[in-house]
Amino acid sequence: MADLEDRQVVDPGIDESIAGLTPDRIERTINRVLTEETGARLQAYLQTCVHCGLCAEACQSYISRDKDPDYAPVAKVKDTLWEMVKRKGKVDGEFLHNAARIAYIDCGACRRCSMYCPFGIDISYMIMTVRRILNLLGVVPQYLQDTTNSHAATMNQMWVQQDDWIDTLMWQEEDARSELAGARIPLDREGAEIMYSVIGPEPKILAQLIANMAIIFKVAGADWTMPSTDGWDNSNMAMYSGDFETMGRVERLHWERASELRVKRVVMGECGHAYRGAVYDGPRWLGWTKPPIPMVHAVEYYYELISSGRIRIARKIEEPVTVQDPCNIVRGRGLHDKLRYVVNAICADFRDMDPRYEHNYCCQAGGGLINCGPPWKRSRMKSNRVKADQIRDTGAHTVITPCHNCHSGIEDIIGFYKLGCHVSFISELLVKTIEMPDA
Amino acid sequence: MYELIRGPLLWIGFIGFFGGLLYRFVTMARLAKRERVVLPTFSARFGLRSLAHWLVPFGGANMRRRPAYTLLSWAFHIGVLVTPLFVMGHAVLWQEAWGFRWWSLPAGLADAMSLVVVGVCLFFIVRRLIRPEVRNVSYPSDFVLALVVMAPFLTGFIAHRQWLPYEPMIIIHGLSGVLGLLVLPWTRLVHMMWFVFTRAFMGSEFGAVRHSRDW
Amino acid sequence: MVDCGSWDWTIGKRAISDLGRVHDEYDEVHEWAASPDGERVAAPVLAAPDTFAIVVNQERWDGEFEKAWHLAFTPDGRLTALVRIDDEWTLAVDGEPWDERWEFAWNPIFNRDGSVIALQIKDNMEYSVAVNGVPWQRRFHSSRGLAVSRDAGRVAAVVQVNPLAEADTVGFFEGTWSLAVDDVPWDATFINAYGPTVSDDGAAVAAEVRLGICEYTLAENAIPWEQRYGCVWEPSYRNGSGRLVAPVRIGGSWTLAENGVPIWGGRFMQLWNQRLSSDGRRIAAVAAAGFGRWTVVVDDRPWRTSFDDLVRPPVFSPDGARVAAGVRRGGRWSFAVDDRVWPETFDMVWDPVFSPGGGTVAAKIERDGKYAVAIDGRPWSPWYDQLWDPTYSPDGTRMLIRGVEGGRFVRHVVGVADRFQA
Repeated sequence: MADLEDRQVVDPGIDESIAGLTPDRIERTINRVLTEETGARLQAYLQTCVHCGLCAEACQSYISRDKDPDYAPVAKVKDTLWEMVKRKGKVDGEFLHNAARIAYIDCGACRRCSMYCPFGIDISYMIMTVRRILNLLGVVPQYLQDTTNSHAATMNQMWVQQDDWIDTLMWQEEDARSELAGARIPLDREGAEIMYSVIGPEPKILAQLIANMAIIFKVAGADWTMPSTDGWDNSNMAMYSGDFETMGRVERLHWERASELRVKRVVMGECGHAYRGAVYDGPRWLGWTKPPIPMVHAVEYYYELISSGRIRIARKIEEPVTVQDPCNIVRGRGLHDKLRYVVNAICADFRDMDPRYEHNYCCQAGGGLINCGPPWKRSRMKSNRVKADQIRDTGAHTVITPCHNCHSGIEDIIGFYKLGCHVSFISELLVKTIEMPDA
Repeated sequence: MYELIRGPLLWIGFIGFFGGLLYRFVTMARLAKRERVVLPTFSARFGLRSLAHWLVPFGGANMRRRPAYTLLSWAFHIGVLVTPLFVMGHAVLWQEAWGFRWWSLPAGLADAMSLVVVGVCLFFIVRRLIRPEVRNVSYPSDFVLALVVMAPFLTGFIAHRQWLPYEPMIIIHGLSGVLGLLVLPWTRLVHMMWFVFTRAFMGSEFGAVRHSRDW
Repeated sequence: MVDCGSWDWTIGKRAISDLGRVHDEYDEVHEWAASPDGERVAAPVLAAPDTFAIVVNQERWDGEFEKAWHLAFTPDGRLTALVRIDDEWTLAVDGEPWDERWEFAWNPIFNRDGSVIALQIKDNMEYSVAVNGVPWQRRFHSSRGLAVSRDAGRVAAVVQVNPLAEADTVGFFEGTWSLAVDDVPWDATFINAYGPTVSDDGAAVAAEVRLGICEYTLAENAIPWEQRYGCVWEPSYRNGSGRLVAPVRIGGSWTLAENGVPIWGGRFMQLWNQRLSSDGRRIAAVAAAGFGRWTVVVDDRPWRTSFDDLVRPPVFSPDGARVAAGVRRGGRWSFAVDDRVWPETFDMVWDPVFSPGGGTVAAKIERDGKYAVAIDGRPWSPWYDQLWDPTYSPDGTRMLIRGVEGGRFVRHVVGVADRFQA
C-alpha cells in the first residue's frame, strides 16, 4: 500500500486543479496524448512488459520503503498509464490524484529501472508520458508548477529579473576580484571560446559558485563569456512538469544565445538535469539529434583543465569524501571515470559508494522531485533511506555532488537521517585547492 | 482428428503465427513513422552490445543478483525455442511436409527440456503468487498465458511417454500447440519479437547517445 | 539603413588607434567596440581601482564611472555605454550621461537611423522603459523584452501588469503579462507574452501570446488571432502589405501562418527565424525538414541540402533574389548560398553580407584563432587578430574592413574586384 501519510498530503496544484476538471476533458486529454503525442515506442513498451517485476530492485523508493510493492517501477506504471490505457481515458479525480503523486513524487525519472528490465523498457518515459497528460490537465504539484511558470515568464528557474541577473554577475565579479586580481565575468563577449551557463538557483541563492567559476576560468586562462540577458539558464523544470512547449522555448533561447555569441562550446555548471535538458530533451523536442553546439559539463571541463595541466592542484582536501554520481551525467553521460579522476586529484581520502557508476541510486531530488516543494519533503526522505545508508557506510565527512539537485537532495537526506556530514560542489573544493598565480 | 490437426490446423497455426507477427510488425512500423526521434538514434553497434549482454546469462547486474532466476529463465527460454523445432516427433513432421531431414534432439534431452519448460512455468506461476512485487502487477491473463505456454510441452511429454492414451493426448498436444502459436502475436508473449527492438533501442540510447552502459 | 555614403571610401589603409598602447597604459582593457565607419574604436578601461573610464581611439571620455559596459555604436555613429554613477545607472552617449539615472538600466536598442534609443529601467523596484533619456510614466511589476519600430521609433515592451504572489499558480494562469506601447499598456492580459515586434511604420505591434497551458497564438494591437496553436514563435511584419507572419505548430508540425491562415503548404518538424526580403514579398526561414535535418525554406520551398548541427537565421540580398546563411555540419562551420554550400569550412562564421547588387557574399570567418573576410567561398583578406563585419560601399565596388593587426586597429578600404592589396 502506498504510504498513508503521502496519500494525505495536501497540494493545491493537484487537489484544486482536479476539482475543476470535467470527465470529458480528462478523457479527451488522455486520449489525445495516447494517440497523437505517442506512438510505436509506447505501444511496444505496453505490449512487451510481461509483468515480471524484475525492475523492482532497481528503485531506491522500493528498497527504502521495505519493498512495498506499490513502489516498484512496474507498479507505478500499472497504477497510472496501464489503467489510463485500459479505461480508454475514463478515469476519475481520485485516480488522477494518485497518479500525480506517483508520477511527480515517487518517480524521479532516473532511468535506473531501465537497466534492470530484461527488455530495456524505458519506464521513466512512460512516467513522463503520465506527467505530460497531467500537465495538460493542469494537475501539477504547486511548487513544481510555480517553477515551470518561472521558466515561462522569465526563462529562468527562480523568477530572476533581468537586472538582478546582471547585477549579481557584477557583484560576483567583484567578489572574485577580491580573491584573485584581474578575475572577470565577461558579459556578451562575442566570439569567446566558451559560454558558461548556470541554473537559476546560482544567481538567486548560491551566487558564490559563479565567483568560484570566475576564479577557475581566470587561473586556467580561459576565453569565456556569460550572456547578460535571457538564455543564460539551461535548467528546465518545465521538462519535468510535462510542459514541453515551455521546455522547448527555454532550450531554444539558450542555444540561440550561444549561437549569437559565436562560442565554440558551452560549459555548464554543476547541474545534472540542466545537462539533460540542454543536451537531450530540449534538442530532441526542437528537432536536433544532439546539441547544436557542443556542451561540456563542469565535470568534463575540470577533468580537461586538471589532466592537461592548465590548472594545478596545490594541496589536497584531507578529510574523507565520497561522491554522489548524478544520474543525468553518469547514467546519462558516462562521466563517472572523469568525476573520480577530478575527485582523486583534489581529495586525499576518497571513498566510493556502493553501488556506484551507472548503478548508483538517485538522490530522490532530481526529476523535478525537490521542486515539488515542502509538502513532499518527508516523502522524498522516506523514499531514500538507502541513500542515507550508502553515505553512512562510506564514513565520509563530505559528499561531493556535482549537481544542484543532488546537492540539495543529499543535504536534505543528511539532515533527515542525521548523518553529520556535509555536501560540497566540486568548484568549492577546487578554489580551495588549486594553485593560484602569485599566491 | 489427428490428421486434421497435423494437417490444416497446423497450417492455420503457422499462418496465424507468422501472419500475426507480420501484421503486428507492419502496423508497428507504420506507427513508428511518427516516432521521428526514435529511429534516427538507433545504433547497430550499441544495440547489439546491449542484446549480447542481456542474452548471455549473468551479462547484466540484475541477472547476477538473482542467479537461480537467471538460470531457470534462461533454460526455460532455450527450451521453449529449441524443443519444438528439434524434437524427434516434429522432425518427422517436417520431413513429411517438406521432405527434408532435420537434425533432432535425443529423446531424453527433449524430454528433459520439456520438463524444464513445464517446471519453470510452474515456478513463474508460484513466483507470481508469492512475490508481493510480482503479485501486485499480475492479472489473470498472466497466469493463463503461463498455462498456455506450458500446455504443449506438458502434453507432448505425456504423449511421448504414453502415460495417458497416446491418441487423445497427441490431439490435445497439437491443439495446445496451435493455440500457443495463434495467441502469441496478440498477447504479451509478443515480447519474443519486440524485446529485440526495445532492448536495442535502450542499448543505443545508453551507448551511442549517453555514453554509458545499460546492464 | 546606415548611411555609409558619407564615409571615407578612399582606397587604402589607415591605422586608427594603437590598441597596444592602451593595453600598456591600463591594468585592464575590456571588450573593444568599433564604429560602423571604422573611424573610432572604444573600450572600457580600469582607470583606478573600482573606477572605469572609456577610451575612444586613444582619448579618454571626460567622466569616470563606477562601472561601464555594453559599448555600442548607434547606426548614426554615436557611442553609447551603460554606466554607473553614484550607485545609479544610466546611458552615456558620446561621453555625456543622460540626466536621469535609475536603480538599474540595461538593454539599449536603437531604431534604424539611431534617432531613438530605448532601454529598460528599474526604479524603486518597479520596471519601465526610457526613450532618449526620458522614462515612461507607467511602472510595471516586471519587464522583459523590448522592440522599436525601425522608422517611426515606436517602442513596445513585454510587461507584467498584474502582481503575482509567490507560488500563486492560479493567478499566473489568469494572466499577468501584457505589452506596453509608448507608455500605454494593452487592455488585454495574457499568461505569457513573447517576441514583441513593431511594424516599420509603427502602426502595429504584435507578440506571441499564451492563452492556456498549451494554447498559443499571435496578438496584434492587443487582439489575438482567432486560431489557437500548440505553439508559436516570434512574428514578423511584411513590409509593403503590413501583414503579420509567424511560425505556428498545427497538430505536431510547423508551418508559416499569415494573419491566422497558413500560407505555406510545407509542414516541418521545426520552423523559426523567418526573415523577409526588404520589399516584404519573399520569406526565408530556418526549418528542420526531419529530425536533425536543418535547412532553409524560401517561399515554402526547402533547400535540398541540409545540416545536422545548426542553421543560422537566413539573410536576403538587398534585392531579395538571393538567400545566404551560416551553417554548421559535422561540427564545422560554413555558409550556404542559394542551396549551395561553400566547400571550405571554418572554426566559426559570422552572418553573411551581400554586396548591394547581390552579386557577391562576404562574411567574417575564423580559423585557428585568426579572423578574415571570405568572399564567395574563399578567404579573401589577410588574417587579423580581431575583426568586425565587413561593409560594402554603396556602389558595391569597395569594402571597408575593420580589424586589428599588430596591436593596431586599422580601417582598410579595398577594391572588391582586385586581389587584396595588403
